[in-house]
Amino acid sequence: MEGNMNLTLQVWRQKNSRTEGRMESYKLSGISEDMSFLEMFDVLNEQLIVEGKEPVAFDHDCREGICGACSMYINGRPHGPLQGVTTCQLHMRSFKDGDTIVVEPWRAQAFPVIKDLVTDRGSFDRIISAGGFISVNTGNAQDANSIPVPKENADASFMAAACIGCGACVAACKNASAMLFTSAKISQLALLPQGQAESAARAKKMIAQMDEEGFGACTNTGACAAECPKGISMENIARMNREYFAAEMGTKE
Amino acid sequence: MSWVTQTFSSTLGRKLIMSLTGLFLSVFLIVHVSGNFQLFHSDEGLGFNKYAVFMTTFPPIKVVSYGLYAFILLHAIDGLLLAAKNRKARGPQRYVVVRNQSSWASRNMAILGTVLLLYIVVHMHDFWWQYKFGEVPYRQYEQSLATGTVTSSAYNGPAIQGKMEEFVREDTQTRVTIVKDLYAETKAAFANPLLVAFYLLGMWALAYHLVHGFQSAFQTLGWNHPKYNPLIRFVGVWVFGIGIPLAFAAMPVYFYIKSLGA
Repeated sequence: MEGNMNLTLQVWRQKNSRTEGRMESYKLSGISEDMSFLEMFDVLNEQLIVEGKEPVAFDHDCREGICGACSMYINGRPHGPLQGVTTCQLHMRSFKDGDTIVVEPWRAQAFPVIKDLVTDRGSFDRIISAGGFISVNTGNAQDANSIPVPKENADASFMAAACIGCGACVAACKNASAMLFTSAKISQLALLPQGQAESAARAKKMIAQMDEEGFGACTNTGACAAECPKGISMENIARMNREYFAAEMGTKE
Repeated sequence: MSWVTQTFSSTLGRKLIMSLTGLFLSVFLIVHVSGNFQLFHSDEGLGFNKYAVFMTTFPPIKVVSYGLYAFILLHAIDGLLLAAKNRKARGPQRYVVVRNQSSWASRNMAILGTVLLLYIVVHMHDFWWQYKFGEVPYRQYEQSLATGTVTSSAYNGPAIQGKMEEFVREDTQTRVTIVKDLYAETKAAFANPLLVAFYLLGMWALAYHLVHGFQSAFQTLGWNHPKYNPLIRFVGVWVFGIGIPLAFAAMPVYFYIKSLGA
């Protein structure tokens, strides 16, 4: 895949979590506008390997926008300039020949940098482990009519379940708050009958874990929803707040 | 940990405090601005001065006003602590480049709030402190019982018990009101262009703080609903973000312009 774009990349380089990092500048030429952003990084890394330098570490997995692994803060925005796409689905045609592109890792106390652009998002996993599940085996599929679910609720639940846990919401938030993520994970279950049984305990445990991880509070700036590659809505945060306040006030403990 | 401390020490609970105290303070602004409209009456300050006496002596209002001071402090302290916590949550390294996709006001609530806190301190010192502890002169009003016309003069008679004395004079058929003249204090204060400028700065901060804050309070309460959102947005922007700050800002400007003519 040959192209004719010449770019300057400014990339955060950091050896490991214990060392200080800094921005490094790289020149790239012959980039095709049909490359994805990650393929452009593959080209950079091949170039670095040929030069005998350490390639840039970055997270990636499915490269089709559904796994939530890729996580680059590109020119001041998580996943770059487009709406509703992840970094892997961002293509070089969104940039111009001669552009300088600044690439940084997610910045949050709760997402420490492991190496270069790779951060440890284990805090999200721990929020899920705290209560983001239904604790019984579902068994075989029941008769569809035995658990009535209004279409609106099914849709809203599905929209919340679209969250891939990439952490763009935390990266975009000036407070590094994980409310959009946590609220999506609470909402997808709270909206369905199967999730109702544990909804109060779930809200309390997941929010306690979210706070313990050191994420910030929500200022309702809306930056999270604006940058979310899956279009998760702030209505979920309102729902989480209702779930949480009701849980704290309404349960016995 | 009891559920109360647990709730109010969580980030959500602390935002709930911000939301509830913020809405209370917003409601207070409606009361404050409507009362202060009496500054625009051409009764030489009689209505405003009587209103000031009522607001500082009527027991239920006194109780609410002490609640108000407590809520201002709670809102300010919780807000500043949250801002510090939020800053820390970003981590030790800041971004080199940031392109914000959110409104300026929403990102700067703590700065706007700090300006407002400073404003409240100056404002309370100028009027509340002066009225309560300062040397505020008394003014004597005579209102004709038949026509309602008001004349007034500086009061130089014997000392008055409390903030106001009111009686009817049979010989002249007038109601005489001798009252602490907060109106004159206001007039004198707003002849100072620096103070007027500071008040306008305060109202600018109030406008931006409320354009975001009023709507945000409902979102924090969990009140995000397609049926009510348009109304909440409308009231937040037009009533609290524009109407009230403009009405308040008109008061120092009005007195300043009057002071130029005098």
